[in-house]
Amino acid sequence: MNLHKLRNLIGNYLFVIPALVLFFTFSLYPFFKVFQLSVTDWDGISPTMHYVGFENFVDLFTDNPVFWLSMKNAGYVTFLALTAQNLLALLLALLCDREIKGGNVYRVIFYMPPVLSGIVVGLIWNWIYDGNYGLLNHFLEFIGLQEFTRAWLSDSKTALTAVSVIHMWKGFGWGFIIFLAGLQSIPRELYEAARVDGASSWVVFKNITAPLMIPVFMLVSILTILGTMQIFDIIISTTGGGPGYHTEVPITRILSTMIGSSKFGYASVMGVVFGLILLAISMIQIHVSRMMRQV
Amino acid sequence: MDPVSVTDNLEINYEKIKRVTVSFFTHLFLVVVSVSCIFPLWWAFASSLKTQETVFNDLSLFPKNPQWQNYYVAWTKADFGLYFLNSLFYTVTVVLGVILISSMAAYAFSRLQFPGRNALFLVLISTMMIPIQSASIIPLFVLLNKLHLINTQLGYILPQINGGLALGIFLLKTFFDDLPKELEDSARIDGCGRFRVYWHIALPLARPAIAVLAIFNILAVWNEYLLAMLVLSSKSLMPLQRGLMVFQGAHITQYPLLMAGIVITVLPVLAVYLLLQKHIIKGITAGAVKG
Amino acid sequence: MGPSIKNIISLFLILLLSGCGTGQKQDPNTVTVWHWMSDREETFEILAQRYQQETGITVKFELFAPSEAYAQRVKASAQTNTLPDIFGILGEKRDFASFIKSGYVADLTEEMNIEGSAWKNRFFEKALAVNEFTEGNPHGVQPGMYGVPLDVTTIQMVYNKKLYTQAGLDPDAPPKTWEQFIAHCQKLKDAGIPRFVSGFGEIWMIDALASNLAMNLMGEDKVFKTYKGEVPYTDPDWVRVLSLFKQMADEKILVEGGVTMVNKTAEQTFANERAAYAFNGSWCVNVFKGMNPNLQYAAMLPPAVNVSHPVKIWGGAGSSFMVNKQSERRAGAVQFLKWMTDNAQQVTLAKETENLPSTKSSLDDILPILKEFADDMDNATHPNLYPVHESPQVTEAFDKGIQSILIGEKTPQALAEEVQKLKEKESRKKSS
Repeated sequence: MNLHKLRNLIGNYLFVIPALVLFFTFSLYPFFKVFQLSVTDWDGISPTMHYVGFENFVDLFTDNPVFWLSMKNAGYVTFLALTAQNLLALLLALLCDREIKGGNVYRVIFYMPPVLSGIVVGLIWNWIYDGNYGLLNHFLEFIGLQEFTRAWLSDSKTALTAVSVIHMWKGFGWGFIIFLAGLQSIPRELYEAARVDGASSWVVFKNITAPLMIPVFMLVSILTILGTMQIFDIIISTTGGGPGYHTEVPITRILSTMIGSSKFGYASVMGVVFGLILLAISMIQIHVSRMMRQV
Repeated sequence: MDPVSVTDNLEINYEKIKRVTVSFFTHLFLVVVSVSCIFPLWWAFASSLKTQETVFNDLSLFPKNPQWQNYYVAWTKADFGLYFLNSLFYTVTVVLGVILISSMAAYAFSRLQFPGRNALFLVLISTMMIPIQSASIIPLFVLLNKLHLINTQLGYILPQINGGLALGIFLLKTFFDDLPKELEDSARIDGCGRFRVYWHIALPLARPAIAVLAIFNILAVWNEYLLAMLVLSSKSLMPLQRGLMVFQGAHITQYPLLMAGIVITVLPVLAVYLLLQKHIIKGITAGAVKG
Repeated sequence: MGPSIKNIISLFLILLLSGCGTGQKQDPNTVTVWHWMSDREETFEILAQRYQQETGITVKFELFAPSEAYAQRVKASAQTNTLPDIFGILGEKRDFASFIKSGYVADLTEEMNIEGSAWKNRFFEKALAVNEFTEGNPHGVQPGMYGVPLDVTTIQMVYNKKLYTQAGLDPDAPPKTWEQFIAHCQKLKDAGIPRFVSGFGEIWMIDALASNLAMNLMGEDKVFKTYKGEVPYTDPDWVRVLSLFKQMADEKILVEGGVTMVNKTAEQTFANERAAYAFNGSWCVNVFKGMNPNLQYAAMLPPAVNVSHPVKIWGGAGSSFMVNKQSERRAGAVQFLKWMTDNAQQVTLAKETENLPSTKSSLDDILPILKEFADDMDNATHPNLYPVHESPQVTEAFDKGIQSILIGEKTPQALAEEVQKLKEKESRKKSS
């Protein structure tokens, strides 16, 4: 390789060096350390620890039903988010896509929930769901559906769904913005041509909008899965993982193993396994998205 | 009356009624959702004007005796002036850092050739998907200590820049991938070096994607507190969220003051979002539709 | 064209480099204290200034909140030997032990015992106990005193006198036995008054009440034997303890939603007179004062299930401070802590934040309601004092199981069997 080419190559690398330096220092190195800790029995405090090999991993896979229950719970919330939350976001985006009155105002309003801090969200929703004085129960009584009133966050049947609603309420704003952006990039001429041909709204959506929006759907669904599986601050400020284990999620389990049981090594294993599962899911999604676009 | 025109009239009326009803329900739906979004912020605002004794009893949407002084008390008691400036500094620095560093890297991944390009890209992106936050905070602390960055602004800023890189690179690379090459090619022919092409041509065109990145990271840095608690000790370096902690005691939460503090911290973000959202819509389009 | 390359990069680098500034340099004699008590930040500043005036030494208080973030900070700093001169250790006693064994905590036994134990004798016995490791402790820590208690708390019950009168009950006669408690609850129910609230969403609160009832029902020794593994959880006494919770569920004694309520919400509920009883800590006095100064309430012990055993409550040191063994200002730190636990300072602390002082002489100036809590200190015990500890997994399963009982999802018998199975599994793991 001649000098000119070498200089060129170095120049190219320089563009990515700052990012790589930061990444190796602040992401890769700590992650590597965590991986190291996952094969020990460290308690988080003492300067000594013992190597336990893959004992932690084995235990996690064979003898920790609570962790997998928490994965199931997170999966349930994610499923709801992928469907109900994103459908809502899509619907709102479709409505705001047309030249609707106050479109800009709505954009700002729908972005308010994501901006709010967890404290306010927790306080408000605890009040809405309260068993005795909550707004939801008051409303149900008001419209004559008393028999449905209950302590939403303490009832084993409704606790997880109630928490999911909070998460979806807080999250739909992001999906809304992204969907709206995607919709606005579809050339209007396509719609006009379809209308001239007499197509109904549903046909227009099915044949024009949806296919063009596939990449956007994929982006939103990846972000939704990643964000929802890691849910935890809403849980902590409303149910604390209860009643029983009904609203436990992977992150709350990791935290309680790390801090409550002082089993830092074991908690690291949970983190690593959880991360790898999320990585696998995302990779599959990206692959599917690439395949669908070639269709 | 002519039977044909009667039917025509009926049809036209039917169409009109349908349109009006649909429009009515559409607006009703939008309004209902909007109310649910505004309500918490309004409640926080109303609560900030009540007193500790009445904050949970008085359910009015606006108290009869608004305690406007709560805002003054919150501002001074929580040293908001100092923390505000700190947060402003951190936010600007981190956002600038993320934009500069990730756009350069994204440009390289998109337009420049070098061995290991694809592999490096995948590795960088994958960090977005691994939630090692909870467990890696202690190794991160140990590392920062080794680098003598504990209780320094740099030690607080660098990890946050790093945190925003993955999404930034992902978004901007897909954006750059779709820029027509002609502009850049003609600039190259004119003798512009890589960097000038990147700076003067690619980057300005990427303004929408940059706006997206900006709002994402602004919100993240503005609301950050765990890293602050871990890395910083001196009050003079603390960000906004530290100010809010003053009102959240281990046992006593001073709700009206806390709510005032929250309103104070939320308004700037909403203001910035208002300014940037025009760009954002265009931004996410390009990144996502092709992404 | 927009701002030139050079401008933006220069701006960025300037910002970055100016970020190289660290916190202020400090005088080598300054004593640094890390704490999590946001409620007391102001009071601590006042005391620091007072100390400065009296001795000329600067004391710097640094607050890290919430307590979870504080605990993380302390653990992380321990890893890098950057702990301050004075700090507190939150968490279980085994964490405390780990800190000591790792060499981060100074042994204060000597300072406590000099001059005829002048310093040690100031404190309530129970306040010291939490900071003490005795001969033959299960953690393998060298016996001694390792912390200084700042205040004392108890976790027990309070009841609303006004609601009692409303229900036709004598406001000065709270229930002393479980039967009385159930009877009073019936009357309250008839009067349409919600009965019992507690922060059961935080499972340690369940743990507190459950262990109180257990120790009263079967005696402390049997409870410890169970932790050791000599008595199974399927023993009828344990099933009876769990049945008490079932009874609370069946008679709807626990307010709606109590199972997932955090303590702060529970405090709000009681302060707003929406519950007749609360199971809470003595810090609630300060909370109630702020939320409802007109609240008429009194403290009581949890009702006795079995009158032949004493009623036990959790109590002892509320917040304590430890001295960093590796600090160069050890002597200064100890001196400051001695001063902090002087009568004058204890009274200031107690007055400003309505907490129980840890020193015996300071009781006179506190609120009467607080005195009621102080009187019950004799009944206090604390998990950190137990001669043997239950494993955290078993405790969690036990407490979460009680949540399930409270929502009618599990029966006491089933939970007892489940917990026993888990306990046996954990013991097998330990021995292997």
